[in-house]
Amino acid sequence: MARTINSGRTRDGWLFVAPAFVLLAVFLAFPVLMALWVSVSDWRGVGSPFSGDVGFVGAENYSNILTGGSLQQRDFGTAMRNNVYYVLFVVPIQTALALALAVLVHHRALKGRGFFRTAFYFPSVTSAVAITVLWLFLFNSSGAVNAALGWVGIDGPNWFGDARGIFHTALGAVGVDAPAALTEHRMLGISWWEWLAGPSFAMSAFILLAVFTTSGTFMLLFIAALNNIGEEVDEAGMVDGAGAWQRFWHLTLPMLRPTVFTVLTLGLIGTWQVFDQIYTGTQGGPAKTTLTPAYLSFQASFNSQRWGEGAAIAFILFAIIVLLTLFQRWALREKS
Amino acid sequence: MTARRPAWWLYVVLVLLAVLYILPFLIDVATSFKTEPEAASNPISLIPQTFTTAAYERLFTEVAFPTWFKNSVVVTLFVTAGRVFFDSLAGYALARIPFRGRGLMFAILVAIMAVPNVVLLIPKFLVINQLGIYNSYAGLIVPLLVDAAGIFIMKNFFESIPVAVEEQARIDGAGTFRMFWSIVLPMARPALVTIVILSFQGSWNELSHFIVAANDPELTNLTKGVAQLASNQLGQGTKYPLKLAAAAVMTIPVAIVFLVFQKRIMNTSGGAVKG
Repeated sequence: MARTINSGRTRDGWLFVAPAFVLLAVFLAFPVLMALWVSVSDWRGVGSPFSGDVGFVGAENYSNILTGGSLQQRDFGTAMRNNVYYVLFVVPIQTALALALAVLVHHRALKGRGFFRTAFYFPSVTSAVAITVLWLFLFNSSGAVNAALGWVGIDGPNWFGDARGIFHTALGAVGVDAPAALTEHRMLGISWWEWLAGPSFAMSAFILLAVFTTSGTFMLLFIAALNNIGEEVDEAGMVDGAGAWQRFWHLTLPMLRPTVFTVLTLGLIGTWQVFDQIYTGTQGGPAKTTLTPAYLSFQASFNSQRWGEGAAIAFILFAIIVLLTLFQRWALREKS
Repeated sequence: MTARRPAWWLYVVLVLLAVLYILPFLIDVATSFKTEPEAASNPISLIPQTFTTAAYERLFTEVAFPTWFKNSVVVTLFVTAGRVFFDSLAGYALARIPFRGRGLMFAILVAIMAVPNVVLLIPKFLVINQLGIYNSYAGLIVPLLVDAAGIFIMKNFFESIPVAVEEQARIDGAGTFRMFWSIVLPMARPALVTIVILSFQGSWNELSHFIVAANDPELTNLTKGVAQLASNQLGQGTKYPLKLAAAAVMTIPVAIVFLVFQKRIMNTSGGAVKG
């Protein structure tokens, strides 16, 4: 009797999870395996990748991207450089801003707390497409941002049309221009000097966009953490006569460390996936300075019909993100 | 001990920041009611000198905005309904039904959640193409019908409610599905509302899936249509008022959902951070 009940439970269990898992298997697990095959094949986008005339080419697609000085390698190197700068700027700025916003709106007796939270969080719920459209307008050469810069006497750049790297521009202003030692050596097909360009003005506008849309989300994580800490610690510090800044630096911040860490790694993972903004805004331009691995993978496959290389880029990106995720798990385990 | 009143400078800082966060949206709406020359010559003013609804009229005549809007509504409705049903069904089984293979299923679920969306662009296209549902509503909707994160949320919720009611129903002889449908689901309303909000927001704002699932203009949704409009794939010219009107209209539904469910969204969004 007990046995039949249990086997009935197993049947019910499988029936309940079946629809969801069949869908996830067909549209997530199976496609990943299929793309893995495409990344080691010479499929050109015609017919089924499983048909007889599609051949196995080993690691050729991967080596085309990673070695050899080909155009594909230079594009991949450029995309990596662009995304590295995007990560280096977005992650620290969004984390610091989110923390600052959370601390500011956390004040218990603050009037209009709800209003401020709503204002800061609203950009996070809107679509990347709508915000990018808005950004294209705000940052056009005669747009609102440059109009505002003009009030303080700054002649703003044509942001989304300006391929100059901000580090190159700053170095150029003090008279440094492409030293031979840096232009001779290459990494992933582009010279060290190119690696040091910094984000272009176009990419800088995307960096500001990312900060605008994610700081509110991460602010909520910090607010939740601040609520968990409670006010007692802060009040104890106040009794001891510590100033507001000292209390924040020596009492609050150490207790927020796990959340800071979570926000940093979520940011690291998220910033490697930037696609929607690039597709809507610049398609990788100007001069490929907003190309990202995610967009390059799409472009190589859907526009250039180099499906093997596109899939290979996607898996390299996947590997980067998995490593960052594992790093997060490992580091959080150390803490607890 | 009562909290001290915040210093005046805190309000100054917060108001300035709030203006920075809100102003772009106000400029969006204001510019959508301007003429094209005025949008270019005076990009920052919030009050149009010549108020015109021409941009909104052009949404109907110049681009297929109504079609995009309709497709977004259709897809969002089906996806949201599908996720509410399938996510809660699977989440319930994983939380409550002790069946063989449950641990494995859960491990697969966690692994799937770690796969980033942008990595799936090519794979999704390949399988949609292979199944012959490219350029169909099925291709737009079916791959989005289930999401691993939603199953996870439902599983956590079911684990947090007491089992006593279900045990009573089992003694009364109710079958598993009947019990799930008429007893468990009604109790799960708060979690279901969370799934509805996340699914609505997720599928309304989704772009990459629709790019790879269809290229038929009749199946274009809002995000794809507006993205193509923005990148001038649909003709030349700046057309800022038109583009900003499109961006404003596509934001209205998420803004309404956000304002209605504000409290709940702000309390649950920790589990749904977007990249």
